[in-house]
Amino acid sequence: MVPYSLPKVLIIKPPPIFLQFENQFSRHFHFLKAYESHQPLPAFLAAAAATGVSAMFVTRNGPPITGADVLDYIPSLRCIVTSGIGLDYIDLDECRRRGIVVANAAGASSADCADFAVGLVIDVLRKVTVGDRFLRSGGGVGGGEVRLGRRLGGKTIGIVGLGAIGSGVAKRLHAFNCRILYNSRNKKPSVPYSFYSNVCEMAADSDLLVICCSLSDQTRHLINKEVLTALGKDGIIVNVARGPIIDEKELVRSLLEGRIAGAGLDAFEHEPSVPQELFSLDNVVLAHHQASFTEDCFQDLFELVKGNLEAFFANKPLLTPVV
Amino acid sequence: MENNTSDHKPVIIIHRLPSCESFLTNHLTTTYTLLDPIAAAGPEPAAVRAYLRLHGSSARALLCVEPIPLGSDIMDCLPSLECIVSATTGTDHIELSECRRRGISVTNLGDAFSVDVADYAVVLLLDVLRNVSAGDRFVRVGSWVEQPEFSLGFRISGKRVGIVGLGNIGSRIAKRLISFGCSIAYNSRKKHPDVPFPYYNNIHELAIHTDILILCCSLTDETRHMINKDVLTALGKEGVIINVGRGALIDERELVRFLVDGRIAGAGLDVFEDEPTVPKELFGLQNVVLSAHHAVCTHQSFKAIIDVVLANLEAFYSNKPLLTPVNL
Repeated sequence: MVPYSLPKVLIIKPPPIFLQFENQFSRHFHFLKAYESHQPLPAFLAAAAATGVSAMFVTRNGPPITGADVLDYIPSLRCIVTSGIGLDYIDLDECRRRGIVVANAAGASSADCADFAVGLVIDVLRKVTVGDRFLRSGGGVGGGEVRLGRRLGGKTIGIVGLGAIGSGVAKRLHAFNCRILYNSRNKKPSVPYSFYSNVCEMAADSDLLVICCSLSDQTRHLINKEVLTALGKDGIIVNVARGPIIDEKELVRSLLEGRIAGAGLDAFEHEPSVPQELFSLDNVVLAHHQASFTEDCFQDLFELVKGNLEAFFANKPLLTPVV
Repeated sequence: MENNTSDHKPVIIIHRLPSCESFLTNHLTTTYTLLDPIAAAGPEPAAVRAYLRLHGSSARALLCVEPIPLGSDIMDCLPSLECIVSATTGTDHIELSECRRRGISVTNLGDAFSVDVADYAVVLLLDVLRNVSAGDRFVRVGSWVEQPEFSLGFRISGKRVGIVGLGNIGSRIAKRLISFGCSIAYNSRKKHPDVPFPYYNNIHELAIHTDILILCCSLTDETRHMINKDVLTALGKEGVIINVGRGALIDERELVRFLVDGRIAGAGLDVFEDEPTVPKELFGLQNVVLSAHHAVCTHQSFKAIIDVVLANLEAFYSNKPLLTPVNL
């Protein structure tokens, strides 16, 4: 029984939030799911457009939302909602040109992402995950070598991108007596941390780099060989942003050759593929893009996506508009 | 180790496990003559005591290298003993009442490690609630490529944290967790007058009113197995326990049962009742983080051990106030 009275929303590939809350979402919207259809995508999109579908729920795991790949087939589209923060896979200029409003999940996951970033920082410094792995393989307390870690207090942390997540990381690490530096597009007024317009210079002055910025043409491979060299052989890098911000091949090389001391990585260039060479390293902690993965965060994201869609269908301003 | 008292260097007895020579002793030999009964006479307790009775009669100081029992049986062999320098934070391994009776001072490591232990308690909490180590396992075994996602963790902000023992370590843990948006309550022997957090004089009550218990108190007769079946039940199905104190603070068999049955939500454990043994039932659990008594293990702390031990010995032998005396 299809509830025709509910507003229609198109989904090409299901976002994690959708998979988690499909029942709840389906009480409010009728979803047209390309991923459950045998039709080739263009045909499915055209058929959906024929029904007048005006909203789409997207994820970075799906196809890039460009004119040629997607938008050309859905002239009826007026609203795109994502449950993530990243927008690099959406052609925002094209959306603007076509009068399509876009909403992301800005703010909803900042605290959880900051928490996870700090967890990776301390885990790498204090060798927690490798220690747990050692015990589970039968190591025994006191049976193996003492794995000396490094004290967090007094370390200089270089934060790349001082948005909501970066600020959250700074606030938390400040409580551990770290010194905070930051690099971002513009200096932020009334922020007590030292600003660096050049990420390489900041890396040279930092013990750890924490990547919290968005992915754009300017930040793609921002962390390259030069930056990693500046960070140095005692340096540690933590990434809770997007994989392509780091030149991954160069990062792997640096780690294998001991040119940096360790890494905590929640994002990779070609997820879910992770460079196999990292699996043999004890000074690396690997995560599966889980920085926002808490029950509360998913609940908040569900409410936000639902709220944005409801606002659109009620001709009201989006809650968290980007375009 | 040679018993050479003719060079007039003050004598220090070394009290250690048979299995390990300590990195500390290298830093002592220039200033002190070390009597190491295990090195000289072997690990058998009767041989150790015989050696001490024969060679240790003038020894005024003893260095306790790790938290192994030090009681009247050893003290009886050392009639000149006046000072025990323990290269540990805890002193539950020393018969303190005997020390008091005999007028023997005891020093520990004071505040040297508190920062590192506090940081470690926080990272154990983050790891358990946010599946850091579990996520790493998931990726390393190749699961991410095969299945979309793993289970969700828990938001830290808003969690009610109960700290057991609000000393140098507990107070630092509180400061750190506040920056994550947690609320703090505590249990300790006495209420601290100038502390803004709610106090519970009863661990059971604390467990009822908190989501996460963090143990950072010392092990005494009163605190042994303080975390028992009743307290774990009070903590509840969504509760998490972090232990950076001593294994015996928790009834470990009961804890393992609760974890295996899913009657609490998870645990971060740096210490165990019977180290080096870790209960095997824990190895298969995704919601537990296991650690080999590493909360103090940083380069900075190890340097601090040397500094504090040397400073206490120097103070003792120059009749100056001890740096980090323990209240007996």
